[in-house]
Amino acid sequence: MIEFEHVSKFYKERKALDDVSVEFPKSQTSVIVGPSGSGKSTLLRSIDLLVRPDQGKLKIDDLAVDFSKEISRKETFNIRRKSGMVFQNWNLFPHLTVLENITAAPINVLKEDKAKAIKRAYELLDLVDLRYTADQYPGQLSGGQQQRISICRALAMNPEYLLLDEPTSALDPELETQVLRILENIAKIEKDKGMVIVTHNMQFARLVADKIIFLEDGKILFDGPTEEFFNGDNQRIREFLSALSI
Amino acid sequence: MWQTITSSLPELIAAGVKFTIPLALISFAFGLILAVITAVIKLTNPSGNLFIKSIWKVIQAIAYFYVWIFRSTPLLVQLFIIFFGLPSVGLEIPAFTAAVITFSLNTGAYASENIRAALLSIPRDQWEAAYTLGFNNRQTLFKIIFPQAIRIALPPLSNEFIGLIKDTSLASSITILEMFTVSQQIAAKNYQPLLMYGIVAVLYAILCSLLSLLQRYLEKRANRYIKRGDN
Repeated sequence: MIEFEHVSKFYKERKALDDVSVEFPKSQTSVIVGPSGSGKSTLLRSIDLLVRPDQGKLKIDDLAVDFSKEISRKETFNIRRKSGMVFQNWNLFPHLTVLENITAAPINVLKEDKAKAIKRAYELLDLVDLRYTADQYPGQLSGGQQQRISICRALAMNPEYLLLDEPTSALDPELETQVLRILENIAKIEKDKGMVIVTHNMQFARLVADKIIFLEDGKILFDGPTEEFFNGDNQRIREFLSALSI
Repeated sequence: MWQTITSSLPELIAAGVKFTIPLALISFAFGLILAVITAVIKLTNPSGNLFIKSIWKVIQAIAYFYVWIFRSTPLLVQLFIIFFGLPSVGLEIPAFTAAVITFSLNTGAYASENIRAALLSIPRDQWEAAYTLGFNNRQTLFKIIFPQAIRIALPPLSNEFIGLIKDTSLASSITILEMFTVSQQIAAKNYQPLLMYGIVAVLYAILCSLLSLLQRYLEKRANRYIKRGDN
């Protein structure tokens, strides 16, 4: 389980996260939603320590860090090993082929045997129907394909949690459907993994989420089951959903 | 005229092979190492305690001073200080070594700015993607960032190298028998300065043109992953 306890993050005067306490259970899909600038990505990126909050604590399973204290390299590495991040703009390494993108971390970070890493990479490519792209460079692929490869790259490290930061917002609707189908599939296959997803796509959220966290101005306004989020009577959430025509 | 050309060419080419090319190659190799070190020092902000941060600030100040001083003074003056100036404080350096030191330091200062700019042009996202996969700073720099930065730094670095080839002619002023010195010596004997300096100019041009071809090949290789139309 990922747990944030009283976490705050300031950007100069602005509070991106305001005393946030939240849990993301293992084997569940948690979806973070909210208006732009509400702190969704800041919260997600804090799990991987890409953002360092100013206060509060983060616990991931048996690991814990206090943001008000210095976090060592080893602690950072251990925390990052727990999760795999999929970025909005994919962030694949353009100078490496698809296969090299997927195997780079297992070989260099985990010191995995090359043949084993390649075998696992092909298994993952099969999962997203992209085996034939193994020797291509990311620049030769469509946005949807790149996003699927970036999911493979994150899964290659066998993380316990998969973090997805607006995974489909840079894609057109057709490619978005492809990626969403893959994510649904992964959620079913990799049941033991926890997934934390930031998205604006409410249909997708409704489809995959076990729980929804609604953030506004860095504060949690809702944290509960999906159906309660969509069918509840919270006025602010109703306004938010109606603005998105849900 | 042809007889002068054919009789002087072997001597000039020998000087090129013996001094001009090695001087440029060795100096560029050392310069490049210095450039990478300097660029990384300038761009790195270490975490850690106040003592480490203070030491690093001093190292960074030295790096900034080095780049400033070598970019602000003429190469010929630098060469004279190292070869003719240093013996007065008891540091006598052989001519070839003095030339290598000067050209390396000069190239390092200029190239460090090219490398720094190339490193800065790689999006922050690439660092983040590597970090989330567990890469440490060194692995991120050498496996992810540098290979991409080289593509961007290649044209200005090639320019540096071509400039260096021509600058090696300044070594004639500290008694090194490189191509230009030999052409001066032959011209003094046969009284045909126009022809001799013309020949040596053509030899420099051929050398630089070959390097331009090599640059084009390397750029093509470095750009192999870039889709046409992308930057």
